Amino acid sequence: MIDLDKEKAARPSIKERFHTWMEGEQDLYIGELEMKPPKNAPGADAKAKEAPRDDRNESGQEITSEKLKEALSAGTEDPEQLRELIPDTIVNMAESSDRLNPVSRRPLKIMFDRVYPVLATVMCIAIVVLLLVTVSWMPPFGSADNPASNEVAERYIEQGLTETGAVNIVSGMILDYRAFDTLGESNVLFIATIAVMILMRVDSKEEKEKLSREEEIYTDEKTLEPKNDVIIKTVAFLLVPMLFIFGIYIILCGHLGPGGGFSGGAVIGASLILYANAFGFQRMGKLFTAKTYKVISFCALGFYALAKSYSFFTGANELESIISTGVPGRILSAGLILPLNICVGLVVACTMYSFYVLFRKGGY
Amino acid sequence: MTLNQFLQNLPFFSIMIALISGVVCSVLPGRAAKRVNAGVIVTVAALSAVTLVYTLRTGTYFVYTMGHFPAPWGNEIRAGVLEALTALMFCIVMLLSLMGGYHKLDEEVEQSKVNYYYVLVNLLLTSLLALIYTNDLFTAYVFVEINTIAACGLIMIRQIGRTIEAAVRYMIMNLLGSGLLLLGICMMYGITGHLLMSNIQETVAQLAASGEYHVPLLVSIALMCVGLAIKSALFPFHTWLPDAYGYSTISSAAILSSLVSKGYIFLLIKIIYRVVGYEVFQETHIVNVFFVFGLAGMIFGSLNAIRENDVRRMIAFSSIAQIGYIYMGIGLGSEAGMIAALFHIFSHSASKALVFISTIGMTDMSGYSRKFIRLTGAAYRNVIAGIGFTVASLSMVGVPLFAGFISKLLFAQAGVSNSEGKLLPTMIVLAVSTILNAIYYLKTVIRIYVPSGIKDEPRTVWGANRCYTAAIIGFVVLNFTLGIFSQPFVDMITEGLSMFA
Repeated sequence: MIDLDKEKAARPSIKERFHTWMEGEQDLYIGELEMKPPKNAPGADAKAKEAPRDDRNESGQEITSEKLKEALSAGTEDPEQLRELIPDTIVNMAESSDRLNPVSRRPLKIMFDRVYPVLATVMCIAIVVLLLVTVSWMPPFGSADNPASNEVAERYIEQGLTETGAVNIVSGMILDYRAFDTLGESNVLFIATIAVMILMRVDSKEEKEKLSREEEIYTDEKTLEPKNDVIIKTVAFLLVPMLFIFGIYIILCGHLGPGGGFSGGAVIGASLILYANAFGFQRMGKLFTAKTYKVISFCALGFYALAKSYSFFTGANELESIISTGVPGRILSAGLILPLNICVGLVVACTMYSFYVLFRKGGY
Repeated sequence: MTLNQFLQNLPFFSIMIALISGVVCSVLPGRAAKRVNAGVIVTVAALSAVTLVYTLRTGTYFVYTMGHFPAPWGNEIRAGVLEALTALMFCIVMLLSLMGGYHKLDEEVEQSKVNYYYVLVNLLLTSLLALIYTNDLFTAYVFVEINTIAACGLIMIRQIGRTIEAAVRYMIMNLLGSGLLLLGICMMYGITGHLLMSNIQETVAQLAASGEYHVPLLVSIALMCVGLAIKSALFPFHTWLPDAYGYSTISSAAILSSLVSKGYIFLLIKIIYRVVGYEVFQETHIVNVFFVFGLAGMIFGSLNAIRENDVRRMIAFSSIAQIGYIYMGIGLGSEAGMIAALFHIFSHSASKALVFISTIGMTDMSGYSRKFIRLTGAAYRNVIAGIGFTVASLSMVGVPLFAGFISKLLFAQAGVSNSEGKLLPTMIVLAVSTILNAIYYLKTVIRIYVPSGIKDEPRTVWGANRCYTAAIIGFVVLNFTLGIFSQPFVDMITEGLSMFA
């Protein structure tokens, strides 16, 4: 245990300090590490008082979420009790009082606090200047004899149509020439959704009940969907079908003109969010549930990966592929580009809506 | 299709299997996802082993076109001895790390989200494999993104305050790193007009000879290096590391410390050799910067670890020192230094993951406390974890017969053969750092073997957690293999490096 009186009386000799370090009784440098209060800060007293209750919160770090959860589920909403359970509040309090009371601060730290913002600004400005200077040395943007206008771009432009069957060169490039990158990119979206689900999705019953209780308290017309706003409802009623169809058009015509899975999917995702905003999650729940997301993302990404694996495999081993480029300009042409655009579009739309709904209420 | 042709498909198969299994795991229940994940890692390890044997036999690398279009237009991957060996080692370490942490996952992760853990791990494996095999700079960036998000998910899937805070830190620092890397790649594309690594190297050699675009070339290389240095936690960009490794669930900590940061270092070495070209990179003197910061990391990481009173954070700080070793090896600017750095990537993966896995066994038997004093006698309460920790500590310190000794020997040899005046700093810092390592690791080993004096303490029953025991035994065997039969590994790395450029 931290013996504050002894600390104050005399600084321990090197031998004692070595001993305590060897025994691991106490952090020698307590207060010097991030997230730990200085020795003589008021917060440290609170901590010392609190510590004997349980060995595990010696430095206030070992209190686990389980204890917190226990207390929460037991209905503890007493702020004092909560503060005792959350170690960081104590630490933060110590730090803030430390800041308010400059006498207790070490001179080195004061100097650091002052110098740090200055140095950071100087560094940032230096990097900005460096990058600007670099840009001035770069080849001019859009110039015809840039290094980037080489045989690679030439083939994309001149032979893209015949080789991929896509009128839209960009689609041909991202979904045929460099399909592996795009496969990775759609998995970035997928894993981002998974990460948000881990972070935001509320699964346990108690948490759900707590959320719905909160919802009851805070519900009024302005804060929660449905917004019960005539203007939004009317506009959404008119716009959502059109947006949906427009999004589908962008996806389906990605290989014929400007568009593609990413942009079309974003339009559909936006229309889903607009619909949820206007008519509420209950009605949205009939169309889009957690299961919908699972099924769609699984089918779309699975199909994408398998179809492209087939294409990569045949391409690399110079085997006959059953996928033909078709007649350029027709809707059913350009080989795999159309189905892949659909897959990407579905993934993007689902990702957008999932982000919204997860951040909004932690579940579908 | 002949057998040889078929064997060239294996790297592609391993990437695709890992990727598809990631998608599949998202719809499976937790248990099934766990099985799929284990199966996939074993499969990929087997495929990598076959690839390794194949490349060793042919004695050269092979290029695999991803699709119908040859390389500058389409994507391609490229596999040699070094790539296959790294993939194999990463798979083994990943499988063992997961095995050692299965029991903690059930405790620390919400039941309904366990399958997502395996989604993350599978996609992390995909991205590592893609980083290892890719021959295209932009493909590398795409998979760096997957790697970053997956690692962030691995940190925060155990939902306590500290992990969320750690994940936020991790995300901020790593996105800064990704951003700098992307800027560097964009500039590189702007001045060379290529994304394929081999093509860039040709153009860069011409540019370096003619002196054209000198400033953008230098800045682009620097940006890529700094970006990857931030992402692999080179001192002084290490601030995200202690909390991320210290509070996440144990498999995550083991995987993050032994694989994720190493994947970025592998990419950096690839950029040095295959994108920039070794001679051009030497002329930029960035090696010297790596050397200095590597040395600083070796010292300061260890000093921080000594001051730490929380075992998990102590180990996390030790990682910073070890990353410093690797960068010092790269910074020596000789082939010997690079071989030492690559060997240290393997030996550190094997021992650091073991430290994490064995620590959790001991802290669990010490009232779930990570405080140093509570570990007194922990090795008696959990015998196998104590053995694992001792082996790993000796390896980290660099005692002969263990993996860490060989890498320190290689570093020392590389330092001695260096004529640029890096000899003295290397030797001094290597010695000092070894002593510092010994201070905190051996102190912990002594602590766990000091009897606690309490009678009838609870002890783990032998064989109670077979998976955990198997993981520790596996790691111990791996450490001894790397330490005793090191020459074949060094030979493979040397051969792989010669066909790497």
